[in-house]
Formats: sequence, structure tokens, C-alpha cells
Amino acid sequence: MKKKITCIECPVGCSILVDIEDSKIAKISGEKCPKGEKYAISEIENPVREVTSTVRGEGLSLKLVPVRTRGAVPKGRIMDVMEEIRKIKVTKDLKIGEKVSEDLLGLGIDIIATRKADKK
Amino acid sequence: MNERDLVIVGGGPAGMAAAISAYENGIRDILVLERDQFLGGILNQCIHTGFGLEYFDEVLTGPEYADRFEKKIRGISGIEIRLRSFVVDLTENKVITYLMPGKIETVKARALIMATGCREKTREMVHIAGTRPAGIFSAGLAQKLINIEGLLPGKEIVIVGSGDIGLIMARRFILEGAKVKAVIEVQNESRGLLRNMIQCIEDFEVPIYFRHKVSKIIGRDRVEKVEIAELDGGPGGKIISKKVIECDTVLMSVGLIPENELIEMAGVRLDKNTNSPISDETNKTSIPGLFVCGNAFKVYDIVDTVSKDSVEAGRMAAKHLGIKDEG
Amino acid sequence: MKIHDVVIIGGGIIGTSIAREMSRYRIKIALMEKEEELAFGVSKSNSGIIHPGTQNDPSSLKGKLCVRGNAMVREISKELGIDLKEVGELIIAFSEEEKTRLLALKKDADILGVPGTSIVDNVWLKKNEPNLNEAAVAALYAPTAGIISPYRYVYDLAENAACNGVEINVDTEVLDIVRNSKKRDKYRFEIVTSKGTFRANYIINAAGLFADEIASMVGIEDIKISPRKGEEFILDKKKEHLTEHLLFPLPSKKSKGILVTRTSDGNPMIGPTAVDIDDKYDISTSDEGFEEVIRSAQRLMPSINEGDIISYFAGLRPACGDDFIIRYEDDLPGFINVAGIQSPGLTAAPAVAEMVLNILKTKGFRPMRKLFFHKHRKRTIHLFDVTFKETKRLIEKDSEYGDIVCRCEMVSAKEIRDAIKRGASTMDGIKFRTRAQAGRCHGSFCTCRLLEILKEETKKSATDITKRGPGSEIVKGVKGE
Repeated sequence: MKKKITCIECPVGCSILVDIEDSKIAKISGEKCPKGEKYAISEIENPVREVTSTVRGEGLSLKLVPVRTRGAVPKGRIMDVMEEIRKIKVTKDLKIGEKVSEDLLGLGIDIIATRKADKK
Repeated sequence: MNERDLVIVGGGPAGMAAAISAYENGIRDILVLERDQFLGGILNQCIHTGFGLEYFDEVLTGPEYADRFEKKIRGISGIEIRLRSFVVDLTENKVITYLMPGKIETVKARALIMATGCREKTREMVHIAGTRPAGIFSAGLAQKLINIEGLLPGKEIVIVGSGDIGLIMARRFILEGAKVKAVIEVQNESRGLLRNMIQCIEDFEVPIYFRHKVSKIIGRDRVEKVEIAELDGGPGGKIISKKVIECDTVLMSVGLIPENELIEMAGVRLDKNTNSPISDETNKTSIPGLFVCGNAFKVYDIVDTVSKDSVEAGRMAAKHLGIKDEG
Repeated sequence: MKIHDVVIIGGGIIGTSIAREMSRYRIKIALMEKEEELAFGVSKSNSGIIHPGTQNDPSSLKGKLCVRGNAMVREISKELGIDLKEVGELIIAFSEEEKTRLLALKKDADILGVPGTSIVDNVWLKKNEPNLNEAAVAALYAPTAGIISPYRYVYDLAENAACNGVEINVDTEVLDIVRNSKKRDKYRFEIVTSKGTFRANYIINAAGLFADEIASMVGIEDIKISPRKGEEFILDKKKEHLTEHLLFPLPSKKSKGILVTRTSDGNPMIGPTAVDIDDKYDISTSDEGFEEVIRSAQRLMPSINEGDIISYFAGLRPACGDDFIIRYEDDLPGFINVAGIQSPGLTAAPAVAEMVLNILKTKGFRPMRKLFFHKHRKRTIHLFDVTFKETKRLIEKDSEYGDIVCRCEMVSAKEIRDAIKRGASTMDGIKFRTRAQAGRCHGSFCTCRLLEILKEETKKSATDITKRGPGSEIVKGVKGE
């Protein structure tokens, strides 16, 4: 079986062809860089996405603090992750990269701030 | 009159990159005017990833990308940053008048870099007929409402045009619990990056209609539905069929236009169709010493290119001031 | 319960003109508007032209009241501190046959007493209106044509009326009118509204599109309002000097045709169409309307480009026969109908108000003049029409004048707050008063700030802020709620 995948690692968007034999990846072609190969494997075996959103800030210079998952989460769990992120509220100063939540849903994934927020 | 070596209008990605580059190229008296209360411009609301791969070889979100520049610019004492400063007038002699809460100031720039970014095309510019109820937003405004203000513009969304901001907002609305009923694109294919088609549209199974236009917006007080029309062969084609989609929100993502009203006021000639300065060299205008960089010069696909070209604008400004290349 | 001497139904240009005129007298007046704010009905889509009176039958009320109103509005605009730009109009002829019709129009204008009209030739036109189609052979020039902001005119009239004691009720829909038959009571009518019942001796029906429905509540069935839709298209302010005068083609029986004019704020405007429709709420624009307006406007001014259009809208004229109906109902003492006030209603408004008062005086209404009538109103400050020197003075007085909210039209936070204090409660209300959101970006930039300021000033939550009243909420939810 052949599967066509468009790589999302960079703006180029390579079209990658994956040959699958006996439910195993036999050949990967069409990628212009190693990121493409890694992405293609992940898309076949366990598709994942990074999630970005915001969390509520209280008493901070920002109403909302933007956040991202440190690492990617299984595609099928994106909405669960969003549900958890929605519950988070931050009240203290935050630096970029600082954790606002740890090991979300036991996925081993932290949520980190992507913008600094100061106390008002 | 107060005179400065270099004035930069705009503290977004273009303005910051230009300022840092101008300093690195030897200019020591730089004033940056930013109308918002933060540096970073539109990047602050672009909380998704996809920035910086080319410039920093890292995948960053908008605020993270902006922060890289902000940290640097804040550390340079020769760059004065004035926030909440809104330029209202510009003359061909590069005299700038700007307002701040409590103040009106005038400054003459020996060199001037305009890094004013771009604005979104509106529903009116593509002449969609129908009513004018609440619930019609540009994609960028919806992005600001959701990501900065924490307000959800609507629950059932139709997106007009498949530009990158529109695609990214489709995903953003879905993540926040809204339903994206359709993306309507008049062309044969998406105008946005392929990867946004995958991670924003295909991942969430959003219906996308190519060769279709929104022919009418319907609804008295709030958007109730849109009428879409299938066009034979795409833009300008005959209408083959029509269909109505119920929704409470219409998002416009039909392109961007450089924001150049200030330089136009100063007499810079602009291309009638693109609103870019008429120039045979990137960043230059018909007025010597007046440079335009970033999306104000032309609308770029990715911010990394904006930064690169803006660095160039900083260098050009130094050259204009007769500062010798230190490298 | 308080008894009003006069209840005025309708908060558009006619209702507020009457309210202000009557507020000179020692009487209790209440005005009712069913929409969330004043001028949200017919008046909001008025083109803002102060007509000289050139295109009306000399025997018509329209003609007489237009000429009289045109003279009166000059004084009123000074008293209210509102801009009236006297730009003059040209009715253009493209052939010798059309030129003959110009002469007939001039004759009518002379009978009506329209001041200063003359026929100008193509040499004059080339010099004074350089972008006009070169095929134009002559024009009827009427110097007394002007432009005004229709909604700001309404708001300023209402503000001045309120300052003189008129009670203004918005979001107040009249549901029924009951005649009081008990002789010993000192009032003739009970007016049942969405905000309670009012009692009054006189009712003035200035309900615009809904004047027939109000009349019908008291059994008057011979008034039938037929909405006539007009689509208007607004061009970028960059094209401010496209025309110097207001340009008209020769009028047809139904309308004055597609015009090239400009708003009082400097945006050229082309339109309107004239299409009879049934639905009093249908203010949609159409592709056909767009085509018609562009085509007709380009006939007058070939350089008009559809790419210059930044906005469009449709409005409904409250048409009722050929002429205005201004009528005291002898069978229903105390009730006066002011209906079918379409073009040139904005111009005629002060004369209509004067006429209404005179009619009432002949019917036994004998109000006493107030010893002191506040005829002046302090001019509203707009940064876009003052010099930088004046801006500096303003900012020194109040720092919020330096806090720009709307980038396209240069509107400060101070102007927004003032507008809200003066009665704006919706996003459209702010737009009409200050121009914030009226520019080329259509509020993409300033909407968030406006919501914030409205929230602060009105103590509403974000989800309760509307574009133009209930049902038109801007956002549908707050994160985390």
C-alpha cells in the first residue's frame, strides 16, 4: 500500500510517499530533509501535533497568557488536552518557557507559557 | 525642531529587526514609535507555532519569535522606544507628528523606516452583497478577540477565503469549541501554506469549497446564513449552482494590503493595485532616505522573510546617513 | 402618572426637529424611539444632502418646505455647532434635449424661490468640475446645496431638545394608542409602549417607515408607507476631491437618479438606487444595485473605480404617494400625522417642525414661550476636524485626546467616552457619532478597544454589547465562562 503525506514541519510542505508492506514502512520518498522522514514515520505510526492555546491570567499584565505543549500530543487527544488547558488559571509572574501545568493527562507533556506576563 | 538620525514607525517584527540592524550598522540615535502598549505587533496574537524555522532554526510561536527581538532591542541603549505613540502626519521632508496619551510631538528624521505592516481586506473590498449584521469579522480581528481578549466571536463559522490566517483561525475556533461549517475559496486551490491545509483543515475535517464564492450574507441583527455560489472554472466564472449554509459568523480571510497611508500622505507613489510603494529595489521609495520594510513594503508569506528584509532596511538607512560599513 | 402635553413618536430627523422646535415652549414633551438609539431608522442611511429645492414641483409641500428648510438649517447648524458644508449642486445635461429640461427645472426653481440658480456651460464645467464626463453640455447650478452628517444632526438636535426639557425615550416601542373618552381626565390619549404607558394630549406621528402602523392604531387607514430601497456606495477618503459639487443627473419621476456626492466627512458617495420593496426591514444590498450604481456614476464621472469603494449600505425611503403628508386629524383631535417624509425630508425637517407647530396653533394649542431657551449647543470635538495646534491644546487639557483608538479616522479614547456619555450605547452609535469603525479597515483595528471602553462606561459585560441593539451582540462567549 502506498500513502501520500504532506509534511508540515516547515513552510515548504514536501509531498512524501510512504510504501507500506505487511503494515510496516518499507520505503519513504519525496522528502527534502531528514525532518520529513521523521514526520512521515510519525504520521503512519502515531500521528502527533503540538497544541497552542491560552490560559486565563488573573492580576497579570495580560488577560490571557499564550501557552504551548512542550512536545507533541497524540492527534486523538487534542480536544482532551484543550479541555484541560481551559481549566488552567495563572496568577503569578511568568517567563517564556515557564511551566503552567505538568504532565497533562498523564501524557508526559507539560504546558509552558510562550509570552512573559508580569504582575499588575 | 527635534531631529533624530533614524526614526522607525512600527515596533512589530519589521520595525524591531530594522532597529537592531540599524544599530549594528552604526546608527546610534534611533527612535522607534509603536502605537500599541507592547512591542511585537501582530505576532502577539499569533499564538500558534510556525515562526522562526528559517531565521532561528527553531519552531516558535509568534510571541516567542517577537520576544527574541524584544530582548535584544531592550538591551541597546541607543534605541529609544516610545509605546502608545500614534503617528498622524508625515511630510516629504520626513517630519513626523505623533500623539501619545498626554502629548503631541513633532520630530524630523534624517532617515526614516516605515514598518507599519499591513491590514486585512474587508468584505466590502470583495463586494459581498446582502445585509450588514453583527457577526462579520476579519480573521485577524477574530484572532485578537480570541487570543488577546478571551472573547469568542461566534459558534458556527463560515470562513471566506483560504488565506493562512483564515485556516489558522479555523483550527483555533474548533479548539475553542466552535463549529467551522465551511471554508469558501474562489480559486482552484488554497491560498495558504500547504501545512496549514493539513493541520488546520484536514486534521479537523473542515469542509472546504473551492471555486465557490459567498454571494450573499443573510441576517437582520446577527448573521444567520450565507448563500454560496459555485463558479464555473473559478473566479469570474458563471454561477453553476447556489446553496445556503447556516452560521452565526462570517470570517473574512481574503488577503492583506500594505498599510501605507502615511507615506502616501508624504507623497510617496504607491502601486494602485497592491498599495506597495513603486520602487525597483526592495525597501526603497520615491523619497530619498524614506524606507519601507516588512509587510508595508509587500505582503510576505512568513515572518522570517520580513525580518531578513528589514535587516536590509536598517543597513540601507545607515548607508543613507553616510555611516561607513563596519563589517 | 405624569401627563405629557405632547408625545412625539419617532426619533429620526423629523421627530427630533419637532422636539427641539417645541422645546421652546413651556410644555411637557416626550419622544419615543423604538430602536436602541436615535437615528437608527430611516435617518441613518440618509445621504446627508441639504437640497436647494431644485427638483420639486413648485406647488408641492416638498418644494416649499425644502426651500424654507434649506434657509433654516443654516442658522440651526450654527446654533448646534454642527458642520454644514455649502458645496452647491450641478444637475448635468448630456444633450441639447436634456438642456431644455434644465431650463424647465430652473423655471420651477425660480417659482419656488430657490436662490442663485444659473445655467452653466461646458467651459464652466471643465474649469470647475474637472473630473466630470467631458460629454456634459451644460448644468443647472444651485449654490445653496450643502452636506451635513444626518445622524450627527439628529443627535445634536435631540441633545439640545433634551437640554431644554424634552424627555427622550429610546428602546421604547409604541404598541397601542387608546383614546381616552372620559371628559374629566385632562388627557386625550394613552400610549402603551414597551416601557410602560404614557398619557398625552397631543400625539405627533413621525414614525417614518412605521407611520402607517401608528396611524392604524387610532383607526386612520389611508396612510400606506411603501418602502423604497436605495443602495449607496462610499469611496475612500483619499478621493475626497473627486468632485467639488454634488452631481446629479436629470431626475426621473421616481427619484433624483444616481448621484455623485460626498459625505460631510469627505468620503465621496455614489448612489442611491430606487427600488420599491415590501419588507420594511430589508436593508440588504445586491449585486444588481452595485452594477447599476457604478455604471451610472461612471457616466457622470468616468474615473470612478470600483476598487475605491470602502463601504456600502442600503436605506429605505418611507414613500407615501407623491408628496409629504402633514395633517391634523380633525376627526381625532390632538393627533397629527407627519408621514411619507422622504427626500428632501432632511432639508425640510426644520420647516416641517415649524409647520406642525403652526397647524397645532390653529387647532387651539396655545403654549407659552419659555423665558429662556437654550438655543446653543457646545460643538462636539472631533480630532479629525481640528488643527494640530488645537489638538495640542486638547491633549494638554485631557490626556485621553492623545490616546488614538481608531487609526483610519483618527478618533481618540476621549471622543469615544464623550459619545457614550452623550447617549451612544452600541457600536453603531459610536460609529455614527465619532466615525470610529467608519474607515477603510472597518473596525478590524479598533473593535477590541471599543468593546473595552463600552464595557467600562456602561458597566455591561462583553457579551451584552451590541452592534445596534438586542440580537446584534458582537461576541457569543467569554473564555472560561
